[in-house]
Amino acid sequence: MSRPGTLRMYVNGQAVDVPEGASVAAAVACVTSGFRRSAGGARRAPLCGMGICFECRVRIDGVNQLRACMSPAVEGMRVDTDG
Amino acid sequence: MAEHFDVLVVGAGPAGMAAAQTAATHGLRVGMIDAHAHPGGQVWRRDVRHGVPRTARQAIAALSTVEPLLQSTVLAVQARELLLETPHGSRHLQFDSLVLATGARELLLPFPGWTLPGVNGAGGLQALAKQGWPIAGKRVVVAGSGLLLLAAAATLRKHGARVLGIHEQAPAGAIAAFAWQLRHWPARMMQAVGLRARLAGIPYRTGSIVRAAEGARGLCSVVVEGPRGARRIDCDHLAIGYGLVPDTGLAQLAGCTMDRSGSHPVVAVDALLRTSVDGVYAAGEACGIGGLAAARVEGRIAGHMAAGALADASALLPEREHARQFARLLAHCFALSPRVRQLADANTIVCRCEDVRLGAIGAFDDARAARLATRCGMGACQGRICGTALAELGYFPRGGMRPPLFPARLATLASTGSHPFSNDNRGIST
Repeated sequence: MSRPGTLRMYVNGQAVDVPEGASVAAAVACVTSGFRRSAGGARRAPLCGMGICFECRVRIDGVNQLRACMSPAVEGMRVDTDG
Repeated sequence: MAEHFDVLVVGAGPAGMAAAQTAATHGLRVGMIDAHAHPGGQVWRRDVRHGVPRTARQAIAALSTVEPLLQSTVLAVQARELLLETPHGSRHLQFDSLVLATGARELLLPFPGWTLPGVNGAGGLQALAKQGWPIAGKRVVVAGSGLLLLAAAATLRKHGARVLGIHEQAPAGAIAAFAWQLRHWPARMMQAVGLRARLAGIPYRTGSIVRAAEGARGLCSVVVEGPRGARRIDCDHLAIGYGLVPDTGLAQLAGCTMDRSGSHPVVAVDALLRTSVDGVYAAGEACGIGGLAAARVEGRIAGHMAAGALADASALLPEREHARQFARLLAHCFALSPRVRQLADANTIVCRCEDVRLGAIGAFDDARAARLATRCGMGACQGRICGTALAELGYFPRGGMRPPLFPARLATLASTGSHPFSNDNRGIST
C-alpha cells in the first residue's frame, strides 16, 4: 500500500511512489533517465513536457507508445521503458 | 450518432475557458475540449504540490454551465463536426460555432547535444515539475529567450531545483528597453517585480547562448557563450526554449486561411476574431503570440461572437488592443539573434523521431521532398518539432496538416466508417 496522498506504481518492475496528480513521466524519472530508444538506438527522454514531441513514449499496462507526460499516474500502474 | 452543441471550444487554457464561459452566459449549450485531464492549459497547469493560482481557480469555478470534454484529442474536423478520441473511445460532435483556442507550443531549436536526456524545453521542464518530476536538488541551467524563462526558473526553484543561471539570448540593450517600456503596463510591471524577488540570487545573463549540451547517457554539462566568451557549466538539466509558436494544426485542417508573413503560420482573423471559415473563430496564441492578458480578452470576444453577440464583442476591442501592444513590445525586444539559428551543424539531429541530421536536409527546398527522401517529419510528432525548427532556421515551411491530427488508435479510426475524413473532404464546407 502507498502512503496517503501518494500513488504506488511499478516502473520496469521497480516500485515507486509519486504524489497524487503526478504524471507517468514523473514516476519514470524516479527510476531511469531513458524513456525510449530512438530510431538510431540512442536514449531519449521528454523534451516538450506537453504532449507535442512524443519523446516520452512508454508502455503503460501493456499498451505501447503512450505519452508518459500526458498520462496521469494511477495506483498500481505498470510502466515499462526501452531506455 | 453525433451529439450537437451550439458552441464547441477547442482548448481549455485561458482563452478557451474565457470563450466557453462567455458563450455559456448567452444560454447556449457549450462544450470545452482539451487533451489534458484538467482545464488551465499550459500557463495555468495544475501543480501537484502548489495547486493553481487564484485567478485560474476563479476562472475554473466560473465554468459550471460549460460541459467539459477533457482527455479528448480532436483528430479531424469537417462539415461542422469534430471527431474526438477519448479514453473511452471515439465521439462525433456537431457544432454551430467553433472557437479555436489551441494555444501555442514552445519553439525548440536544434543544437549539438539537444537530444540527450536532461535537455528539456523551458516551459517543458516547468510543466514536468508541476506534474511531480523529481527536480528537488537538481542543478538546472535555464536558457533561450523570453519571459517564460523567468516563470520557468521560479517554478523550478519553488520545487527545490538549484537554478544555476538564466541565459537570455537577447542583448542587454534590448532587455533594458523592455524594462523601461514596462511602465506603460503597471500590472505587468508588478508581476516582473514579484518574479525578480522570487529569483533573487540567480544570475540573469543577457546576450548569452547555449552552444552545446554534453554527456554520454545523459546531460552532464552545457557550453554557454556570452559577451565575455564561452564557458562550461556542469548541470543535471537544461531548460531551454526560444519563445512560443502558435498551434494552428486544427485551424489548418478546418480550412482556415493562415497569415504566413512570419516564419510560422498564424490563424488569420478579422478584428472580431472571425476566421476565413464561416462560424469558426480563433482566440489567444493561435492568432499570434499575445500572452495571458490577450488570450483572456480574446476568449471573451470569441465567446460573444460564437453566440452572435456582436455588440458585446465589439465593446472589448480597446482592451484587446492594449494587450496586443504588449505582445508587440515583447516580440520586438526578445527577437532572436541570427546566432541562435546557426547552432546546429551538419551532424546535429533535427528530426528526433527519425534521427535525421541537418546535413541530410540541406539539398531539399520543400518539406515534402525532404520527407520522401529522408523520412524527416514522418515520425510520431508529425513534424511538429523538426518542421517548426526548420522553418525557423530558414530552410522551408512545415508541410500542411492532414487527418488524423495526432496519432490515433485504430479503433477510433474504424469508428469513422460512416464519416469518412480523407484529404478530399477535409475542412468545413459552408
